[in-house]
Amino acid sequence: MLKISNLSAKIDNKSILQDFKLEINPGEVHAIMGPNGSGKSTLSNILSGKKGYEVTGEVMFENNDLFSLETEERAHKGIFLAFQYPLEIPGVNTNVFLKTSLNAIKKARGEKELDAIQFLKLVKEKAKELKFDEEKLGRQLNVGFSGGEKKKNEILQMSILNPKLSILDETDSGLDIDALKTVADGVNALRKKNNSFLIITHYQRLLEYIKPDFVHVLMNGKIIKSGGPELALELEEKGYEKIN
Amino acid sequence: MRDKQIEDLKDYKYGFSTDIESIKAPKGLNEDVIKFISNIKKEPKWLLDWRLKAFERLKVLKEPDWQKPKYPKIDYQDLYYYSAPKSFNDKPKSLDELDPKLLETYKKLGIPLQEQKRLNGIAVDAVFDSVSVATTFKETLTKQGIIFCSISEAVQEHPELVKKYLGTVIPLTDHFFATLNSAVFTDGSFVYIPPGVRCPMELSTYFRINASDTGQFERTLIIADKGSYVSYLEGCTAPMRDENQLHAANVELIALEDAEIKYSTVQNWYPGDKDGKGGIYNFVTKRGLCKGNNSKISWTQVETGSAITWKYPSCILKGDNSIGEFYSIAITNNHQKADTGTKMIHLGKNTKSKIISKGISAGYSDMTYRGLVDISPNATNSNNFTQCDSLLMGNKCGAHTVPYIKNKNSDSNIAHEATTSKISEEQLHYCQQRGLNAEEAVGLIVNGFCKEVLQQLPMEFAVEAQKLVGISLEGSVG
Repeated sequence: MLKISNLSAKIDNKSILQDFKLEINPGEVHAIMGPNGSGKSTLSNILSGKKGYEVTGEVMFENNDLFSLETEERAHKGIFLAFQYPLEIPGVNTNVFLKTSLNAIKKARGEKELDAIQFLKLVKEKAKELKFDEEKLGRQLNVGFSGGEKKKNEILQMSILNPKLSILDETDSGLDIDALKTVADGVNALRKKNNSFLIITHYQRLLEYIKPDFVHVLMNGKIIKSGGPELALELEEKGYEKIN
Repeated sequence: MRDKQIEDLKDYKYGFSTDIESIKAPKGLNEDVIKFISNIKKEPKWLLDWRLKAFERLKVLKEPDWQKPKYPKIDYQDLYYYSAPKSFNDKPKSLDELDPKLLETYKKLGIPLQEQKRLNGIAVDAVFDSVSVATTFKETLTKQGIIFCSISEAVQEHPELVKKYLGTVIPLTDHFFATLNSAVFTDGSFVYIPPGVRCPMELSTYFRINASDTGQFERTLIIADKGSYVSYLEGCTAPMRDENQLHAANVELIALEDAEIKYSTVQNWYPGDKDGKGGIYNFVTKRGLCKGNNSKISWTQVETGSAITWKYPSCILKGDNSIGEFYSIAITNNHQKADTGTKMIHLGKNTKSKIISKGISAGYSDMTYRGLVDISPNATNSNNFTQCDSLLMGNKCGAHTVPYIKNKNSDSNIAHEATTSKISEEQLHYCQQRGLNAEEAVGLIVNGFCKEVLQQLPMEFAVEAQKLVGISLEGSVG
């Protein structure tokens, strides 16, 4: 589904990712763990289409060259990024944003768009599943939301958009244990449908609730070690310095 | 030619012109032209005298030059001051007698004048170049004693009302453009709401400049008698022409005791092309007088068109406890310029005013908010709240805020808040990651920014205005 080959990335002439390789198949959950500054967020930025990077190498998503697609086209093809810092958009109602997003994607795929009633039914159902406070859906997008609420809102959007590949960029940081479970529930529900995940995190904690198929350790822009879920535990014990 | 037109319409969908034979006054500004206008409209002598008095005054007035957007000198002798479709010489008695080309024009603009097609209960007065074409729903309104007609018709049918109120809010001697309008105004709308009547539908005027080298000088007069209420809307478009066209309207509102007037504008005059060629000079004087106690006047404007927009819809709060409001969205793109805001003049006791201004500039455009809040010594216990927010797109445009604040009463309060922000790359990336393209993303963010003002518009027009906000900024993200 996603195949990253020889990916190198620079910003302002500073090398961040070097010769990065990764392959994700349908239904797989990959966790990327690494210390601060190892290139984790750069990876999610590049995959989602953020501008400003000097990139070489190749990323194929299904049969598409990812670099030839605009950010929104990647979203239409089924790539979703749960942002590390979800953005506030003053004056834009959360429901309106969600509906606009869902229908933009449906339209691009030639599917029938949802009307207000169909949409509200869907959003209420998903909000309930994720224990997301419905009242917040009527508020301005992420304005005045707590850190945890913002992250949960990302997971809500993810479950509504039902993406083929979801990238979670440190979604777990700053979450209390209840919110962490909510995030895991969202992921696990989609996982059943053969959707794939790339989970970027510092800590092993989230992986207690979402059991990854593969764990990769990212340091200085390179994957230095890959393994199964047990690698996460080993990391937690030894720390990044000693794993190498 | 056809292809070219279609190509152009993509940018400004109202850019077509209608090939209609017209009667024009000779080019130029002089007593004879004024007499020509007055004569063709069969005006009473008092009105001709009034026009000539304005013209005398105009001779000594200087064109103001303190505004931020500068423009090349206008040759007032090189303009037509009156242009009317020829078929109007024998004024049609009903819509059936209207020139089909005119009806077609309004259909293209999305304004069917045929009453049976009006499903949404909005009465429309349509002004084409210099004359009012048709007023719909007249009968329904007449039953309640509401007068809604062209100002030319009001001069004939209700001279006492016109004579009593015309020029009482914007005096003959006011300033260059207002005085010019008083001398040569051609048509516009007239509204009178009798005491205690709540107007049952939105009243709307649609202005259209068609002929070239023509200025449009419309005059609107709205009187809400004691305890009455009216909501009035105006929309404006013009064909695309290479030369700049002058639009200098005067709008006067008078609210008597306990009356309320809500005046909304969606201004989409041709803004000029991407390089700043052509476009309308929108130099308009709009002023409301809260004459009676407990009266209220509320202006809402969505200004997206015109090469230069230069206007300050104002409220004179004369009656005690009267309220003035100004809600504004002004958008400039490419080489458009705007210098707009409001004046709130507090004269009565316990008067309140509220100003919410949202300015958005993109491309090479330049936007100025200019506003005056003046609380007089007698206006005890009065207050004003002003909020001016500017949103910049790109780094070639400008936004300026120039508030003038005069508080001569120690019991009164003035609060002013201002912010300037940019649409961040991160916000755009976030929206695009959710499947919106760059323009849809900008449209969404900008509509959010303008929400407080859009909410003030009547429903049908809020939707229209939202789309317009998106369209106006097309091509502004690279």
